[in-house]
Amino acid sequence: MKIRNIQAIMLRDFQSQFTSPIAYIVIAGFMVLIGWFFFHFLSHFAQSIQYHQLGLGKGPTITEEILQPLFMDMNIIFLFIVPFITMRLFAEEKKLHTIELLMSSPLYLSEIILGKFFSVCLMILTMLALTLVYPLVLWITGNPEWGPVLTGYLGTFLLASCYASIGTLFSSMTENQIVAGTLAFATGLFFWFIQLAGYSSPFGEILNHLSLVNHFVPFSQGLLNSSDIFYYLSFIGIGLFLTYRILDSYRWR
Amino acid sequence: MIQVSHLTKRFGSGATAIHDLNFEIQPGEIVGFLGPNGAGKSTTMNIITGLTPSTEGHVKVNGYDVFENPIEVKKQIGFLPEHPPLYPEMRVEDYLKFAAQIRQVENANIKIAVDLALQKTNIAHVRHRLIGNLSKGYRQRVGIAQALVHRPQVLILDEPTVGLDPKQIIEIRELIQSLKGEHIVILSSHILPEVTAVCERIIVIHQGKIVFQGSIEEVLLQTKRGTIYYLKVREISQKAVQMIQQIEGVNSVSIEAKASRLIIGIVSDVSHIQEKIIEIAVKEGMGILEFYPEKMSFEDVFLQLTQS
Repeated sequence: MKIRNIQAIMLRDFQSQFTSPIAYIVIAGFMVLIGWFFFHFLSHFAQSIQYHQLGLGKGPTITEEILQPLFMDMNIIFLFIVPFITMRLFAEEKKLHTIELLMSSPLYLSEIILGKFFSVCLMILTMLALTLVYPLVLWITGNPEWGPVLTGYLGTFLLASCYASIGTLFSSMTENQIVAGTLAFATGLFFWFIQLAGYSSPFGEILNHLSLVNHFVPFSQGLLNSSDIFYYLSFIGIGLFLTYRILDSYRWR
Repeated sequence: MIQVSHLTKRFGSGATAIHDLNFEIQPGEIVGFLGPNGAGKSTTMNIITGLTPSTEGHVKVNGYDVFENPIEVKKQIGFLPEHPPLYPEMRVEDYLKFAAQIRQVENANIKIAVDLALQKTNIAHVRHRLIGNLSKGYRQRVGIAQALVHRPQVLILDEPTVGLDPKQIIEIRELIQSLKGEHIVILSSHILPEVTAVCERIIVIHQGKIVFQGSIEEVLLQTKRGTIYYLKVREISQKAVQMIQQIEGVNSVSIEAKASRLIIGIVSDVSHIQEKIIEIAVKEGMGILEFYPEKMSFEDVFLQLTQS
């Protein structure tokens, strides 16, 4: 496997995302929503401070009142929009037959899959980078804890990458982008809500552990747990491995 | 060198696309794959380039088996598939750069390789345009450029001239001829003049089997039945027709009254038949307007081979 090949594919796919309106609409929508949430949490925070000064309610912290909910909302938004980005990854190439360019070139299948997956990760990083303006604003006007900011971004990036690996998998299974996107979204939702069954079922512990969102909570608190990181990396790994299996099967049919 | 042995492809639905194909192509040859639509030409090419696996049989390119060593094989092949794999949102130059990169062209050589490919296919003047905005002819040429960009030893072109205008077809023909000696070129088409103009050897595929392999001359020799002469006259005289029928070497004479001409079938080896026919026509005062032979055209040969 050569980094050069992965990089070439990653950059090509990343650039081509910006030639269609979808990328711009997705990013714009994302920024509008996050901006709105930030404004909402900030005003709520200001209100809480007032109440606290009047002796009502406990003192709010930036981490709890602004950063944590902001990251949670980012994750919810990513659940919706990452399938939009990943749905065209393989499905479109199969339909337009451009996948034959990659398949007839001396590339390993893993190079192709990683290149494409990383192009989505790069897109996610771009969107996260654009949200850096909010911690910046907080830093200028206040005193946010930097730990939760950093771990929050790491956790969000890992979580969104999990969605990306699900999306890549479904994109490789079909030529129809809509089907790929819908299934990716449904699966992401499933792993989000799998924890709800955890409360009542005897497998509660296991189901809780499988939930994507449960593993994120420590990140938003400033904690870096190796178990959470391993969970996310394994999740991504399984998604990409299954994608490899599916595409490799074309070698045998 | 390409060695194809006992190549068979069956699809899950039970359809057999190709059956027991055997052929060898030596370095420097330009070979044409001919066959009607659905004969199995594209399937064969897809198997040679590693896009599709075979059900039985092997393909070896320069000693490497395409199933066991796909990377090695793909390094040496440049392929233009049936649907050119073009990204419509990319510019021509960027697309060719990408193609060069994934074909393992060294970074330092990429610019030169791209320039050369643009030059050879005569699209340097559209290098900055979006592929999606190009006409079919230009897109086809970008497709060929992408197959050439890494200077592969083997060039496999599936219907390279489809959609091109006559001038462009000639340019592509010249391009292919210029590659002779350096590369193996495999060309597939159902446009016969294309193949006869450029290829030295042809392989005719029909319903998944090879029905003929050999040089163009061999094709024409094989199926030469004889020659037909057309004699167009002012006035047909029955007496003249009977006299012509009696000439030694004349197989048949039929009359096309509407076109005012006789269709005379002759055995080619007999000498001076033409003069004897003309003599009779003149003597009987038919008034000769036209007298010309009809050679069995390649189209006829092709149809005959693919009649089964």
